[in-house]
Amino acid sequence: MAMAALRREGRRFAPMISPRPITALRSSPLAPSLEDECPIGVRYISTQVVRNRMKSVKNIQKITKAMKMVAASKLRAIQTKAENSRGLWQPFTALLGDLPSANVKKNVVVTISSDKGLCGGINSTSVKISKGLHKLNSGPEKETKYVILGEKAKAQLVRDSKKDIELIITELQKNPLNYTQVSVLADEILKNVEYDALRIVFNKFHSVVSFVPTVSTVLSPEIVEREAESGGKLGDLDSYEVEGGETKGEILQNLAEFQFSCVMFNAVLENACSEQGARMSAMDSSSRNAGDMLDRLTLTYNRTRQASITTELIEIISGASALEG
Amino acid sequence: MLRRASMLLARQPILAARARPFSTDLPAAPSADATFTEAWTKVIPNMDPPKTPLSFMQPRPPTPSSIPSKLTVNFVLPYASELATKEVDMVIVPATTGQMGVLPGHVATIAELKPGVLSVHEGSEVTKYFVSSGFVFIHANSFADIIAVEAVPLDRLDVNLVQKGLAEFTSKLSSATTDLEKAEAQIGIDVHSALNSALTG
Repeated sequence: MAMAALRREGRRFAPMISPRPITALRSSPLAPSLEDECPIGVRYISTQVVRNRMKSVKNIQKITKAMKMVAASKLRAIQTKAENSRGLWQPFTALLGDLPSANVKKNVVVTISSDKGLCGGINSTSVKISKGLHKLNSGPEKETKYVILGEKAKAQLVRDSKKDIELIITELQKNPLNYTQVSVLADEILKNVEYDALRIVFNKFHSVVSFVPTVSTVLSPEIVEREAESGGKLGDLDSYEVEGGETKGEILQNLAEFQFSCVMFNAVLENACSEQGARMSAMDSSSRNAGDMLDRLTLTYNRTRQASITTELIEIISGASALEG
Repeated sequence: MLRRASMLLARQPILAARARPFSTDLPAAPSADATFTEAWTKVIPNMDPPKTPLSFMQPRPPTPSSIPSKLTVNFVLPYASELATKEVDMVIVPATTGQMGVLPGHVATIAELKPGVLSVHEGSEVTKYFVSSGFVFIHANSFADIIAVEAVPLDRLDVNLVQKGLAEFTSKLSSATTDLEKAEAQIGIDVHSALNSALTG
């Protein structure tokens, strides 16, 4: 009982300056590797624990480095697409302006997030902004519903806003992102959700280290008419002649739907870029952390090893001097 | 936790110190979002308000008093910006009401496009594209935004495939039962006959 306690204590204090030697039994599970190098029956401290930890930390470092490389290559592939799609929403904003402060009855917040984790804090930021918008647009006669794209936002929002969620869409990036897929998605959302204003929350990709949470607002045609009549930013919309179609309302309806699909396409691409960039930096800091941990463990390992050698020498020499003297 | 905090701290000075981040779009004066920012900071004081698209766009020039000599055209597709602020003499767009010619000083218009040929006239050279459909916005300051879903230069179209497609969709229309199938077949016929006339005409 006392020996076991001593053994346990010895194991814990092994890295410290005054180590207590642990009896190393042949049958013990911690079969030490210094077995080969020293004669039978010599007591020494086991470095096995430290060595196991070093091996696992090294493996983790390799894995995170590989994940960073993978994220970098995926980012390169999708970044050109995202930059090319940036021209898509600008004409709509030039025509209709952007009215995030529009006061509407039925708000729908479309939160775009990733399916996979290990990408830093971007999903939490999107969810926080979505909840902020919900709070901002809550009040008498006003309601806010969520449409969720991506597993990570679903996990966070299902916890406290389950009744406000209208639609959940996951596995968006199973096939490479393209406009057809996103327009089908936009169609589904527009068909199933009643809206006066759609607010799309995503992370805009500025650079590999900088992702800005952004909200794009798409208003329904009725609200656009209302805002145009009341003047203000959309006031000169009436000065535009509308060609084709039977009524102006029909064209505006098509316009709103087209605007939504274009803005969604850009948003989804930007969010995917941000996800890969965030994952790159998260994995990079993780491998750096693992490297630091490995350095510290190596120092510990060497100290333990040297302490055990010193102990052996002391025992041998004191034994020899006892025989002589 | 600490990593996120340090990332947040690092993000603020980056955006504050550098007025414009290096990317394809340039931020313009974010004047229009004041009401939104105020409302946000009142309700959620701890977080920064999210950015809105207006802060990422270059502002358009105001309507000049005299008609400018050139038309500035932005022709965008989901996958690329074909023409970005290109100064041209005239564009002819296939609106639902027919081919519409746009010259500098055209009245402000919003028009929906049907499948057809878009031609851009610059000096003596004419570039023709076949567009699937989309919208065109003509602003009062002689800016034209053409947004199309697909556009291909005419020389990339194959006559035989067009004929085959036309025949296929005509047969589909005759064998269609539900309204949805009929509508799809009709759309196919419209596009292919437009392609046909684009190649022949």
